[in-house]
Amino acid sequence: MINPPPATYDPAPLIEPGHTFGSITDKIATVVVGGRTPITWFVVVSIGMMIMGMLGVAVTWLLIKGTGIWGINIPVGWGFAIINFVWWIGIGHAGTLISAILLLLKQGWRTSINRFAEGMTIFAVMCAGLFPLIHTGRPWLAAYWLFPYPNSMAVWPQFRSPLIWDVFAVSTYFTVSLMFWYVGLIPDMATLRDKARKRPQQIIYGVLSLGWRGSAKHWQRYEHIYLLLAGLSTPLVLSVHTVVSFDFAIGIIPGWHATIFPPYFVAGAIYAGFAMVLTLAIPLRKIYGMEDFITIRHLENMAKVTLVTGLIVGYGYTSEAFFGWYSANKYEGFMIWNRMTGPYWPYYWTLVFCNIITPQTLWIRKVRTTPILIFAVAMVVNVGMWLERFVIVITSLHRDFLPSSWGMYYPTVWDWMTFVGTIGMFIVLFFLFIRFLPMISIFEMRTMAPEAKLTESEGH
Amino acid sequence: MSAMDFSAIRSRLAGSEGRLYWRSLGELADTEQFRDYLHREFPEQASQWNDPKGRREFLKLMSASLALAGVSACTKQPAEKIVPYVRQPEELVPGRPLFFATAIPFGGVATPVLVESHEGHPTKVEGNPQHPASLGGTDTFAQASILTLYDPDRAQTALFRGEYRGWGDFLIGVKDALGNHRVNQGTGLHFLTETITSPTVLEQISLIQKTYPQAKWHRWDAVSQANDAVYHFDKADVIVSLDADVFAGGPASIRYSRDFATRRREGVDVEHGGTEAAPAAKPMNRLYAIESTPSLTGAKADHRLPLRASEIEAAARALSGSGGGGASFSNPNAQKFIEAVAKDLQAHRGTSLVMAGDYQPASVRRLARALNESLGNAGATVTYAAAGNAPDDPAASLRELAQAMDAGQVQLLVILGANPVFTAPADLKFAEKLAKVGLSIAHTTHPDETSVLCHWNVPEAHPLESWGDARAFDGTVTVMQPLIAPLYDGRTTAEVLSAFIDEQSGKSAHDLVKDYWTRAYGGQVGGFTITDSSGQPFKSAESFWKHVLHDGWVPGTGGAGREAGGAAAAGAAAGAAAATTPERSSNLDPRTSTTASAATGGLEIIFRPDPTIWDGRFANNGWLQELPKPITKVTWDPTAWISVKTAEDQKLRDGDLIELKFRGNTAKLPVAIVPGHPDGAVTAFFGYGRGVIGRVGQAPEDVAREFDVYRLRTSDALWFGSGLEISKVGRYVIARTQEHHLMEDRRPVRDANIEDYRKDAEVIAHMGEKPPRTMTLIPEWQYNGYKWGMAIDLTACTGCATCTVACNAENNIPVVGKDQVNRGREMHWIRVDHYFSDDLDNPKTYHQPVPCMQCENAPCELVCPVGATTHSAEGLNDMVYNRCVGTRYCSNNCPYKVRRFNFLLYQDWHTASLEPLRNPDVTVRSRGVMEKCTYCVQRINYARIDAKREDRKIRDGEVVPACAAACPADAIVFGDLNDPASRVTKLKQLERNYGLLEELNTRPRTTYLASLRNPNPELETARAATTHD
Amino acid sequence: MSQIFHRSTNIWSKVSILGGLVFAGFLGWVVVTIAWSGYVTGQGVTVDQPVQFSHAHHVGSMGIDCRYCHTTVEESAFANIPPTKTCMNCHSQIWTNAPILEPVRASFRENRPLEWTRVHDLPDFVYFNHSIHVAKGVGCATCHGRVDRMPLMYQENSLMMRWCLDCHRNPAKYIRPRDQVFNMAYERPADDPGIGERLVKEYKIADARQLTSCSTCHR
Repeated sequence: MINPPPATYDPAPLIEPGHTFGSITDKIATVVVGGRTPITWFVVVSIGMMIMGMLGVAVTWLLIKGTGIWGINIPVGWGFAIINFVWWIGIGHAGTLISAILLLLKQGWRTSINRFAEGMTIFAVMCAGLFPLIHTGRPWLAAYWLFPYPNSMAVWPQFRSPLIWDVFAVSTYFTVSLMFWYVGLIPDMATLRDKARKRPQQIIYGVLSLGWRGSAKHWQRYEHIYLLLAGLSTPLVLSVHTVVSFDFAIGIIPGWHATIFPPYFVAGAIYAGFAMVLTLAIPLRKIYGMEDFITIRHLENMAKVTLVTGLIVGYGYTSEAFFGWYSANKYEGFMIWNRMTGPYWPYYWTLVFCNIITPQTLWIRKVRTTPILIFAVAMVVNVGMWLERFVIVITSLHRDFLPSSWGMYYPTVWDWMTFVGTIGMFIVLFFLFIRFLPMISIFEMRTMAPEAKLTESEGH
Repeated sequence: MSAMDFSAIRSRLAGSEGRLYWRSLGELADTEQFRDYLHREFPEQASQWNDPKGRREFLKLMSASLALAGVSACTKQPAEKIVPYVRQPEELVPGRPLFFATAIPFGGVATPVLVESHEGHPTKVEGNPQHPASLGGTDTFAQASILTLYDPDRAQTALFRGEYRGWGDFLIGVKDALGNHRVNQGTGLHFLTETITSPTVLEQISLIQKTYPQAKWHRWDAVSQANDAVYHFDKADVIVSLDADVFAGGPASIRYSRDFATRRREGVDVEHGGTEAAPAAKPMNRLYAIESTPSLTGAKADHRLPLRASEIEAAARALSGSGGGGASFSNPNAQKFIEAVAKDLQAHRGTSLVMAGDYQPASVRRLARALNESLGNAGATVTYAAAGNAPDDPAASLRELAQAMDAGQVQLLVILGANPVFTAPADLKFAEKLAKVGLSIAHTTHPDETSVLCHWNVPEAHPLESWGDARAFDGTVTVMQPLIAPLYDGRTTAEVLSAFIDEQSGKSAHDLVKDYWTRAYGGQVGGFTITDSSGQPFKSAESFWKHVLHDGWVPGTGGAGREAGGAAAAGAAAGAAAATTPERSSNLDPRTSTTASAATGGLEIIFRPDPTIWDGRFANNGWLQELPKPITKVTWDPTAWISVKTAEDQKLRDGDLIELKFRGNTAKLPVAIVPGHPDGAVTAFFGYGRGVIGRVGQAPEDVAREFDVYRLRTSDALWFGSGLEISKVGRYVIARTQEHHLMEDRRPVRDANIEDYRKDAEVIAHMGEKPPRTMTLIPEWQYNGYKWGMAIDLTACTGCATCTVACNAENNIPVVGKDQVNRGREMHWIRVDHYFSDDLDNPKTYHQPVPCMQCENAPCELVCPVGATTHSAEGLNDMVYNRCVGTRYCSNNCPYKVRRFNFLLYQDWHTASLEPLRNPDVTVRSRGVMEKCTYCVQRINYARIDAKREDRKIRDGEVVPACAAACPADAIVFGDLNDPASRVTKLKQLERNYGLLEELNTRPRTTYLASLRNPNPELETARAATTHD
Repeated sequence: MSQIFHRSTNIWSKVSILGGLVFAGFLGWVVVTIAWSGYVTGQGVTVDQPVQFSHAHHVGSMGIDCRYCHTTVEESAFANIPPTKTCMNCHSQIWTNAPILEPVRASFRENRPLEWTRVHDLPDFVYFNHSIHVAKGVGCATCHGRVDRMPLMYQENSLMMRWCLDCHRNPAKYIRPRDQVFNMAYERPADDPGIGERLVKEYKIADARQLTSCSTCHR
């Protein structure tokens, strides 16, 4: 059902020539069932494990001592926990965008990247979801008050609070993404089941493939549900980060209380997401020799999206500054001035450099088509987007209305360990996925192969 | 950058339009600090995550806790016991507190109080409304004393050479020791006390002196309430302070603050509690402060002239026109200022008042007195004791003792209350001389520097455990009754002294006091004429005693000023007074020191007691340690105050650690730059660097030990002296609760000159914008029933912070410790914000108490995901601790940042001795819970239930939150806004009523009455002139 | 190649889906039952006491008024547990050497209080006030049950917050005339359905907004 683009459209192909159904299947499936695991995999995973260990220690200590181990205080009641939450959630978005929206827009080039982009989404949301749980320091309580069953007090959560909306938005997002991802995996599971030689593998993939036999009926149902889920996820791409932005926009703090937040957050999310996809894709195609499937064309397209969303984000910053001046509101005005010249000025200007200046290089085709350069840009953007959240959360809070209550925020070692730890967690999860599931959708890649076109044209 | 670019600040201040307020100088001038904040590597933070031992440990002890049993539905409650009485006392109704009138002596002078008792344990100190010296107000020290009562570090049993002894052993010990003194008439028998005003004790002293004529009585107050004058601010139109800080806390400040405020409440007729325009007969008073160290009094003043302490006397002479004319002052404005003041004084003969500071030499006090007498103020606005109870040289008596000890003439030394080893002037070398004493007895509340060097240690009973009596600052005899049996083996001064009097030996404090007053009633002692308030004699000694215990004071003893007390005390210190005369002039004439300063060219050092821990006696009190010190808002540490200019010259920044060299002695202090401090002088505060006291106050064995300023004090420079040298030796982290003292253009404090305000009352409203009540989509919420609100009068508020301590006590607020304060995590529900404005060298100073505003459109409420903070039917902004999960979103969204969060487990879960301290009507919060001011909802509910049972409405003034009750100036008024007759409603109708940040449309229920000043037109122009040079 | 799964797997997979749902439901039911059981709430649980005091005997058969022992119930938050003296008022005359009363006599002799175990134990963050409830016509029996029929004291109701709110949201359902408050056996007159509403007006009982404000019970 996915139309390959007309041959005339683009010089760089979506799949290098000379591939057959068989070659595609082997190339992708062997990573999982056949062959030996590359040593790099073990190295990366064990490093990830170590970093993840820090997360474990930090969280344990948090539960013992309380949030006081972090750098937060009055007036800065939110710190790394929220910053990281927003950052990770944002990263997730690219996955859904690629797999759902690009699918509906019939963008053929999504095919080879959607699988691990979706994987990335799921793991990113898992990392993100960790923070709302721990950021009260008493998760057991939060859990009960937010889901008060069995209820002994006949009072319920307060639905006017954006934090509640968050809970629903994020959990919905996670569930749908997971289903979408899994449904997409079913046919490949079957392939793996059939390719597997070892009994345990056969059983595991057999169970996971839910008895898929590839009959016409299966395919027809598959197409339906897949399209349906794509339709479901599409609004989520917009809604989730909109709701996240409400966490700030609903507040009255200068620097939070802005109508521009929803669009600007969504753009930021996709921006960060694509940066992360690139950060992952470029090394992967190298390590597993997938250059044939993830071609320069893919990278270039993603680079373009990054550039566009980057420009939108840049517009966001500019308008913030403009409002600060144009509103003639002393608090707004001071807020933006304080961001630029106050104690946290280095963060603000680094952020401007990372998110506005750097991506401009993507105007140049040379940069867009040189993996290492794209990778570099993507990295810078990842940092920049984290800084953006830092600036929004910290510099807005640390000097709000009454000068007497102004303060400063310094992250502690525990803040850092928690943050870095989640990156470790992400790496571990992601590489486990690479190892045990096909990182590229086998059957969809098949449709890219020349054979597929052939059959179609001959079909009727 | 090394020094701050003050010229830049000056130009900014000069160039700016209208009133300009600046934030912490460090931040305005010197961004470097803030950069190294930023570039601070996190390992440094890492070293702080776990709180240092010692202090921090005790902080947990000092706060209190009942486990929030069953916080979540899935916890099963442990079984709880109920233990009823065997025989239940008549008056006691479990669940209803009782109040008893008593007094808490401070430096020998009584602070009259009512103490709240729950099932037999005192929990809260309130002022005694009927008592002339209190009128319901209290001060920080009285409020915090309840914590000292339960302090586990108190001295617990009698010790002899470090071994446990009983009271009986002590009595025997004394008997033996007295053996040969009976023969030699008490030669070698020496007593050392602080000021004593207790008639009972004074009689004991005279008895002892009868038995042992050769016995010597010595008096030493590290910080003497040297003043023998009683002021009547309510009668004064023009007030001049010569370095006198009458609002700084201490027994007198309570009544003074009240009287002073009554003459400034524009538009409020206080006599009738109503708000009809004040009678024209009573114009607003005008306060001139000629002072050295910036003080709360100076902050309140309409005009302030900063001078070095040594120049005050010259200023006093100039003021009285007695030859001071030629004197040259360090401050260029001095001449003009003094002329204007003199003129104003002459214009108000009989209704003016000149006050001399306690920390100025006797010569200045004499000048002030002469001035008052010549102006006809004596007897009108001020009453003087016939015989001053203040010796001219406060150190003479102690010096005499030191000499005697050195000569080995002291066989038996009895030290009652004083802590000379810590506080004695350095040159007396008291500690080493103490070793030469045959037998030494120390009677102290805590093991301290003195007691550890004495043979006998007798624990002193806490005032709330004691029977006793003492005079209030105005002479009113105030009787003390215990709220609780001594927790440890503590004894009162009277009991200890009774050991030296055969006929009294072994008598209980109760018997001693009651016996004295029974005889006093019979007219045998004291020479009192005892009648009830209506002048009628009592039926019997018993009825008299009952009456006194109920009211807490002996009627008719106050009018005479402090004379009686003064005379008696002076008699007690007879030896001292005699000894002083020869040395006085030579040592205490300030002019000698000024010339000296010219010679040495060094700086001048000014000594002051610490604003919160005083002379060090409160060092172990967590509430006072953590109470931000006025002006600097520093907690837990002393600072050396210097002026902006001096900072420039010396290239010093806030937080620099300096070494002070004075008369060959050295100490170290962190610097705090205080605008308005006289140039070329450094103010150092006593009380810190204690070697022996307890877990809270004991300075760790590091630089903090060298914060002991007594090391610099010599008996010829008790309060100031020249020749100080300072040098920077490093940096030191000081924990401040407020970094920024600039209002930007936000006007949290609105103020105006009384003339402008009278011309156009709108002037206050024009300083901010108030959105119309229609500015909302949601229909107006109707508050039928009660509608609670609060008004805080910034004209009356002196910034003494008594409200903060009172709140600590009432609401079980934990102490968090220096490290946590430094991270911005202090827990005070009501803080006192502080702002400067105008002239960098002599600024206007503002104080603003900030509790929860109880907004009607509360931003905190709608962001809480679990509804832990909700709006009550009466408009309170309820905080439900047991529902709070700790997202901290409410605090982020609070524009006033009045919410406080338990980032760690600040409450104590271990120490039993502190459990009785807690207010049983307020939940003790646990870790991870947000908390904030509740308008003392427990008191509201208590009153509401009583009213409902009696089927009536709550009366105006029936509910008084802890802060309002404690406020000595009556600046905080609380009540029902739906009651048109209530005080608060009327106050809120005044044109100078405004809401903090009201432009945000939060509709705060707590509003402020703008601060009004009554400047002298001549000087106002003068000020303007100086602002721009 | 050989089949990996037996054909019956199809059935099992379908069954397991259904079974999963059923099991989840069962688990939920278990949790709810435990959370609301007397084990957690203390409802209906009789606790050991130093003396086997029988309300059934003293209130039921002897007809002693509640306030004879619980003296402060009308003026204070706390209803008061009687001091030993109160017991001895009678028991110095009657049952003077009943072995069961020895702890009481011992307490009186040695001036050492009896240690009872709380039966109605609210969490420390809940501030219940007896006096106001009594004054507004909430009968003792409404919360404490038919104490006059309890040989050993136990907690009649769950004391869960929703139980409190049930009345605070609609007091009319429960209140009775003031003179009936201490009457254990009071029944609402069947012929007078409007009595609740009437009493709410008469006793000026605050509206639900006030009664359900958090600070009414929590501070």
